[in-house]
Amino acid sequence: MSVKQISVFIENKKGKLAQATRFIADHQINLKALSIADTQDFGILRIICDDPENAEKALQDGGYITTVTDVLAAAISDTPGSLASILEVLSEADIAVEYTYAFNSSNAGAYMIFRVDDNQLAAAALAGAGIKTANQEDLF
Amino acid sequence: MSNYYQPEIETASPEQIRAIQNEKLVKQVKHVYENVKYYRDLMDEKGVTPDDIKSIDDLHKLPFLTKADLRDAYPYGLLGTDLKNCVRIQSTSGTTGRRVVAFYTQGDVDLWEECCARAIVAAGGTNEDVCQVAYGYGLFTGGPGLNGGSHKVGCLTLPMSSGNTERQIQFMQDLHATILCCTPSYAAYIGETLKEMGISPDDIDLKAGIFGAEPWTEEMRRDIEKSLGIKAYDIYGLTETSGPGVSFECEEQTGMHINEDHFLAEIIDPETGEVLPEGSKGELVFTSLDKEAFPLLRYRTRDICVLSRKKCSCGRTLIKMCKPMGRSDDMLIIRGVNVFPSQIETVLLKEGYSANYLIEVDRAHNTDTLDVSVELSPEQFSDTVKDVAAKEKDLAAAIKTMLGINPKVHLVAPKTITRSEGKAVRVIDKRKLHD
Repeated sequence: MSVKQISVFIENKKGKLAQATRFIADHQINLKALSIADTQDFGILRIICDDPENAEKALQDGGYITTVTDVLAAAISDTPGSLASILEVLSEADIAVEYTYAFNSSNAGAYMIFRVDDNQLAAAALAGAGIKTANQEDLF
Repeated sequence: MSNYYQPEIETASPEQIRAIQNEKLVKQVKHVYENVKYYRDLMDEKGVTPDDIKSIDDLHKLPFLTKADLRDAYPYGLLGTDLKNCVRIQSTSGTTGRRVVAFYTQGDVDLWEECCARAIVAAGGTNEDVCQVAYGYGLFTGGPGLNGGSHKVGCLTLPMSSGNTERQIQFMQDLHATILCCTPSYAAYIGETLKEMGISPDDIDLKAGIFGAEPWTEEMRRDIEKSLGIKAYDIYGLTETSGPGVSFECEEQTGMHINEDHFLAEIIDPETGEVLPEGSKGELVFTSLDKEAFPLLRYRTRDICVLSRKKCSCGRTLIKMCKPMGRSDDMLIIRGVNVFPSQIETVLLKEGYSANYLIEVDRAHNTDTLDVSVELSPEQFSDTVKDVAAKEKDLAAAIKTMLGINPKVHLVAPKTITRSEGKAVRVIDKRKLHD
């Protein structure tokens, strides 16, 4: 139970993010969720989109450095404390979260994206607490 | 068991070598003083006469020659004999300024080819070998030098020149070439092409390669040795002193034996010109000992090097020079430490980065700063900041180990560091702007 995330290396310089997102748009890739982690020198743009294989190929052909990672998408309800509940389950199962960000779509609903070491273990722990995780096709 | 081309010289005692050098130097200085007005003027200016040079101990009294002198004297100013006695010219590419043209009498050509023959024999060559010379032929000294050396050894010589790699490989296979002479980058390219063509190193007969004319690293040596199934030998030389064969590697692969019966080597402090003792790092200076057409006394090569007379397992007693560590004109002094861009390049290649980098030196709060930007490769990328940041840290630590200075490392996107056809701009020293 996981979804494909594409990470793109971006230099931390003015205009580089605009350039990358314009490139993504020009290739008809529809961003469904993204997060950016940055240091003084560089940033990592992480995106969830439909057709990740073609999106990654287009980015690589465009000279971008990319990597694809399987990440966990946990369904989240529109109520206070729902994120805390998910994190508590993961914490109790001794699963560390590297990073997290939100995914929201009008037809698929809301999810939190989690980067953990072992997706299967995390999905099982969440399932045990009645929290649903999604596959790629569930999101689109 | 080692073979020698001229054992009486290559294994002579240091005393015998010194006696040869003393005798030849006195003659060479006299020859230059009498025939080369340009250098005679330099000696007169310094108040030195040929009578002041009685042995190699007096060498330091002579003035230096630099590449600038060679350009000033272009084309005939340093000619040591009548043009009618000359049979050949060779020339530098001229990429760093006006080209240098070197002249040769037949005697000079023979001497040069003998030096190359010593290199081929040191790499295991005999008259039973097939020697494929894939250096460029023409004005460049690589092809003609090794070609002549190969003839002297009696190898069957394949005068391929460079390029047309598939034809190179076809001749290599059909004529059973056993020794390959070319630039190390071309050897690496031939190795890659073999692999692409599905030819294993076992399917060719090469056993040795003699590679020079450009800087290369130990990592490159290992790659070439593996991809071609050979032992790779380094060779050094420069057009100004004749061409390749000034020094050559033996099977120990720990530096190059200088043909010091023809070329007298010194190491000097590039700043002061002071002669440094054996084992010191400094600029390599060569004095030709028996050249007729283009004799050069105390020519500053700009190559930074160390000399060593440590006993060599091959039995040769000729003094050894290390692979040049950089060029004195590239040298940066950062926080009082001598830094050569080539040292940083060595670390980058060893750590799996490309040779596309930019070194920026600046001064902040009266302290020198060193910033190294390197292009990231896809294999090194990860989706987490801590992994990529760890790469930067590891690289900085490796550079620190090499230089003793803490650099700031910046990983940048591929193809963002400007490529250049000729000499790439790899260093920007911003301190010069402030001073």
